Amino acid sequence: MERPFAITLDVGTSRANHTGSWRVERPVYVDRLPPCNNACPAGENIQGWLYEAESGGYEAAWRKLVENNPLPAIMGRVCFHPCESACNRAEVDEAVGINAVERFLGDTAIEHGWSFPEPGADTGKRILVVGAGPAGLSATYHLRLMGHQVRLVDASAKLGGMLRYGIPAYRLPRAILDAEIARIIDMGVEVVLNHTVHDIDVERREGEFDAVFLAVGAQLGKRVNIPAGDSSKVIDAVSFLHQVADEDPPMLGRRVVVYGGGDTALDAARTARRLGATDAVIVYRRNRDKMPAHAEEVEQALGEGVTVRWLSTVDRFESERLVLEKMRLNADGFPEATGEYEELDADSLVLALGQDTDLSLLEGNANVEVNDGVVQVTPTMMTNEGGVFAGGDAAPSDRTATVAVGHGKRAARGIDAYVRGEEFASGDRHELATADRLNTWYYADAPRTERPELERIRRQTNFEEVIGGLTEENALFEARRCLSCGNCFECDNCFGVCPDNAVVKLGAGHRYEFNYDFCKGCGICVRECPCGAIEMVPERI
Amino acid sequence: MSEQRVHFYQVGSFAVGNRLLSADDRTVQSSPHRTNSIDSGHRACQGCGEALGARYALDAAMRATNGQLLAVNATGCLEVFSTPYPETSWRIPWLHSLFGNAPAVATGVAAAMRVKGRSDVRVVGQAGDGGTVDIGFGTLSGMFERNDDVLFICYDNEGYMNTGVQRSAATPPAARTATTDVVGAEPGNVFGQGKDLPRIAMAHDIPYVATATVADLHDLEQKVERAMSFRGARYLHVFVPCPLGWGSASNETIHLARLAKETGLFPVFEAEYGVVTNVSPIRRPAPVEEYLKLQRRYAHLFGPKGRPDIVARLQGIADANIARYGLLPERDELDSREDD
Repeated sequence: MERPFAITLDVGTSRANHTGSWRVERPVYVDRLPPCNNACPAGENIQGWLYEAESGGYEAAWRKLVENNPLPAIMGRVCFHPCESACNRAEVDEAVGINAVERFLGDTAIEHGWSFPEPGADTGKRILVVGAGPAGLSATYHLRLMGHQVRLVDASAKLGGMLRYGIPAYRLPRAILDAEIARIIDMGVEVVLNHTVHDIDVERREGEFDAVFLAVGAQLGKRVNIPAGDSSKVIDAVSFLHQVADEDPPMLGRRVVVYGGGDTALDAARTARRLGATDAVIVYRRNRDKMPAHAEEVEQALGEGVTVRWLSTVDRFESERLVLEKMRLNADGFPEATGEYEELDADSLVLALGQDTDLSLLEGNANVEVNDGVVQVTPTMMTNEGGVFAGGDAAPSDRTATVAVGHGKRAARGIDAYVRGEEFASGDRHELATADRLNTWYYADAPRTERPELERIRRQTNFEEVIGGLTEENALFEARRCLSCGNCFECDNCFGVCPDNAVVKLGAGHRYEFNYDFCKGCGICVRECPCGAIEMVPERI
Repeated sequence: MSEQRVHFYQVGSFAVGNRLLSADDRTVQSSPHRTNSIDSGHRACQGCGEALGARYALDAAMRATNGQLLAVNATGCLEVFSTPYPETSWRIPWLHSLFGNAPAVATGVAAAMRVKGRSDVRVVGQAGDGGTVDIGFGTLSGMFERNDDVLFICYDNEGYMNTGVQRSAATPPAARTATTDVVGAEPGNVFGQGKDLPRIAMAHDIPYVATATVADLHDLEQKVERAMSFRGARYLHVFVPCPLGWGSASNETIHLARLAKETGLFPVFEAEYGVVTNVSPIRRPAPVEEYLKLQRRYAHLFGPKGRPDIVARLQGIADANIARYGLLPERDELDSREDD
């Protein structure tokens, strides 16, 4: 072979030298569970749909979202977003406005008329869903996707359950509610309204249902014994909100007192204010820190002129005068009576002291176990009676709409497995993507976009929606604030920072792989991965 | 889509790539078609900053010159680990002669190209800090003075690492090396000596001088691109941490480079014809301890027998850099920069 002058040997490439043999640890790509996904009671893949939204793929994002939750425009309004409380971005600046983006996607879907996937091939199985609130609607949706036939029954005149009869229109406009419900019903659901189920066993047998899902909610306002004169107007908050939703509001007068400290109490007080009450006063036995209502709702209520008497209980109600007893918190934080009394003028008293479930339809069944007024269920929401499932407020839960949506999904999976004679096996959960695994240097500084709020003066007289939506531009910005915790978003960092060119880029959507022939195991890729999607594992030597 | 209207891209330009950026705004390194000027199988230590810095700079130069590039290398780690005969890691034309003559050889290659009428072929000279600030200093200064058409790149790892971690004129004060032991009243390298080569280069009034680190890839690539837009002598000083010589974990290489910049110990700027034209402001200010504590060469400054007085003197150097280059602009000034 001819060689240049003074050259006697062939030159070879250093690729013959497999430096991978130096390695004692190897990097591997992992997927970790983002804290938002972990916190979502409906089991949404939030990081997954934000990823789609980041590039403007709103339909793909919406489709990913509704794999788990068929009600994004509703949840984008009424969910108390535990995802945002868990969001790692709070450690950088502020949590990502997940709820606002969800609402944007939900509204965009309604605007463009995007519909759900076709229902699955008919399995011939018949399922009865009792109660058309968030749990029942969610179960219906998932059961239809699986190809089961569903009969959805509800005692009310319209679908929606507490979404319609418990949540006021200024938080959830009815057009949105109707649109998302209609999309589920359009999947081919047999709907029976104004029908109260009195005996679940009879109903199941006569309808020849393979399984039943009880999602009857908690519709009974708790009463306490408050001495009240004959002329005193006392109503429970559930009935009050139900009547308002039916556009038949009761006359409460100008001075309305609401007794209780939960979200329902706030809904009642804010609704009373909109119906013309000049004074809407909440009486609560503990202080603001201990109030179970969500902080942002309290904030909005106070902004609308609702006032609160903290550390007070209602002793008695006699002709337009309410007698309150003052309380104090003991060392354990429990309220104690002080023996001091004060008076408050009131035309009516609304009781918002919690709700009970009407489980009379189970009285004929000895197998279903009821404890503390709720039905006891397995992780797939099945009761002790084969094929009878329960969820939502009727099962042990935090009693939020989002929890109910999650129950509906889990019950649907449980029912699907039951009617097929199988056991439902949930997939393994990834390890949690905690904030300490992130390298936040790489994320651009970007404070959160707040949703506009309706002017306060307009909130006192009508039921217009209080919280506005994000524009497309804002929603895109907010989606891009996602850190993609624990899940590769193809930033090319590992590909770029490897001193040994030992990372192979597989192309858009296909991520990367390591070339272990040359990876020396330095770990720079792990250290510099923004989202913590690589980890070092010891090499077998 | 509205991507053009929204001014925020998740990781912006901090990460190597970003699927939300247009192709033109992405780095050379994010491309699967980058040159990989220095190939896999080289024998640099785990986590070598120099191997990384050389690939970053040369791949960017390859893009800037449409692949018409020739590199001249001084003796040093970069030469030794890339070319143990008969293997080579270089995927570009590459020449090595001696430790001290790389700038002169680069001058000669540039002259040869001129004679051959190949003005499209550009020349890069490269060396470690020893080959640049000590051994090759005379020929480099001559190359600057004659304004020869060469981009000279110094990969600064602050010592002679290949031969066993000896002190160079780029070794920082107080750092332990094999020749600056931690003994006496002033353990480690002495204060008040050494050469600040970017400023010396600026004093030659050459067209372009810049500093960069392996922690800010976009910045480094832009500077290579900018350097290649000039004819004449240009100098790029790239800060490349050395896990072996500094006693740092191999995975900390980029993090350390970032801290060197964020503490103010390594000012990142560019200058044209002897005048500073641009500085990279500090984004997340950090005390020098944060940088020093990750390196065993400074271990004698900490612990029960630590030397807080020496740490304070090092902080003084950082503060002086911050003042000299204006590395900490007022917040609102920073915000308006980000809006640009």
